[in-house]
Order: sequence, then structure tokens, then C-alpha cells
Amino acid sequence: MNDDHDHPHHPEHHLPSSYHEKLTAAVLELLAEKNVLSAAQITESIAIMDARGPELGAKVVARAWSDPAFKQRLLADGSAACRELGIDVGGLKLAVVENTPDAHNVIVCTLCSCYPKMLLGIPPAWYKSKAYRSRTAREPRKVLAEFGLSVPDRVTVRVHDSTADMRYLVLPMRPSGTDGWSEESLAQLVSRDAMIGVARAKEPAAV
Amino acid sequence: MSPRFRAGDRVRVRDWFPPGHVRTPYYVRGKQGAIERVCGVFNNPEHLAYDHDDDPKTLYRVRFLQRDVWGSAERPDDTIDIEIYEHWLENL
Repeated sequence: MNDDHDHPHHPEHHLPSSYHEKLTAAVLELLAEKNVLSAAQITESIAIMDARGPELGAKVVARAWSDPAFKQRLLADGSAACRELGIDVGGLKLAVVENTPDAHNVIVCTLCSCYPKMLLGIPPAWYKSKAYRSRTAREPRKVLAEFGLSVPDRVTVRVHDSTADMRYLVLPMRPSGTDGWSEESLAQLVSRDAMIGVARAKEPAAV
Repeated sequence: MSPRFRAGDRVRVRDWFPPGHVRTPYYVRGKQGAIERVCGVFNNPEHLAYDHDDDPKTLYRVRFLQRDVWGSAERPDDTIDIEIYEHWLENL
């Protein structure tokens, strides 16, 4: 394998490149060459982003389940509430939507793949797929059923198409049988999928 | 800049097809919904995409009934919320 380039790259670059892959590689090289960003800084940023998971999102949800006043602040201004917990959300404008016995929320970005990466990490491949993006807008209940989540007819489904500047997080319902649980234990029940809205929070027996 | 619409106002999305970078999905153009909330003021992405941060616009979350968007829906009360900039919205 010819691997002697001095810029960050992925193995895919050894395959025939599309226009946009070439453009990306050219911009990366220019940024490094003009000392805007070093190759090491780019690599480090990729590593930080790759290492991010849904733990911060789960922490926010667990706090909201434990503290009703925090929950109200979270629903009013998601970014401000996250900063309260010491979470660096950067320029993220976060909107939190609450699941209730009457309404189930699910997030999609039909135009691209907007996602609250600061809280959930890198989006799963299916979130970026054309099938999820087009079908969730048109037949959300069918899509949710394929994830194993059946929403009763009496519960309204609210789809949120994340098309512009806000990023969305679902606040799942707190499972019963968790009275008196610590925030750390509650966070174990909160999966990435529950915060996208394609699953419920885990039952206590599952952890 | 003060928002032209308030939560609860009925609105229609312009049936408009300008060229260039646009963040209003095709499927909602010409459809009727209601303002769910005012999200704040953001730079218009239609300008920002070309490196011009000269056009602040109020952004709204607009709630549509699925059946008003698609003509039918899995359940009559199911909704879809979409973020839409003020210049895309008309009074009803």
C-alpha cells in the first residue's frame, strides 16, 4: 500500500475519488500548507469527534428526570440548560422535545443529516440514509415499527424535520420502577436511539 | 427585528422555487400550518451559503398536520414540525 502522503487521509482515498472527495482532500492540504490548521490538529479533531458518544445527552435526560425545574429550563432553552451542567455545546442551538403519554417525538433531517453531535456523538449510518430521511417524514409509524417501537393509535406522533439552525433532542419518558434512582443509574437507561426518538428508554430490568 | 408571526398564527409556506441553496423542503411548499414557536434570528442560509452574512431572518418552527402535507396520514392527528424562515411564510 502506497501510504507515504504527509496529510491526513482515509483508506478510501486510494479508491477512485469523486469530485467532492477530491475537493475535500485539496482543502485539507491547503489548510495544512497555509498553516491554518496542522495535519496533527485535523487528526486530533477527528479523534475527539469519533470518541464522542451519547453519554452527555443521557446525562442531560437523567437530570431532567430528577429535577422538574431543570426540565422546564431545558424545554425552554436547551443550550442554556446544557451549559448549566457544564457541558460545552459550542454554537449548538438545542431544542428539546418531550415525550408524554399523549405524544411521541422523532427526529429526522430530510435535507442532510443535522444531529446534535455535541451531545450524541457521530450519527449512526441509518440516520443519514435516504430511506430513513424520506420515510420518517411520510410514514413515521411504519419506520418506528421497524425499529421495534409500536406507537399506540391514541398517541400522536410528532416528527421534527431538522432543516435549519436548531438541533433536536428527544426527552424520553422516565420508565416506571425507577423511583429514588441516582442520576448516574438513570443515565444508564437512556440510549442514543431513545434521544433520536426511535426507541423508548430502557426498562430497569434491562440494566 | 421583531417577528412578524406569533405562536398559534396560521401560515402558508410560499409555493416558490428559487435557484440556489434553500433550506425549505420541497414537500412543504404551498402547505398550511401553524407557528409552533419563534426560534430566534439567524443569518439567512440562502445568503450564508455564498459567504454573505448580511441577511438576518426570523426563524420559526411551523407545525403541520401530516395529512395537510401529504393528503393522507397514518393517523389524522400526527404532525411534522419544520423550521422555516420568515420570508417563506405568508399570512392565512
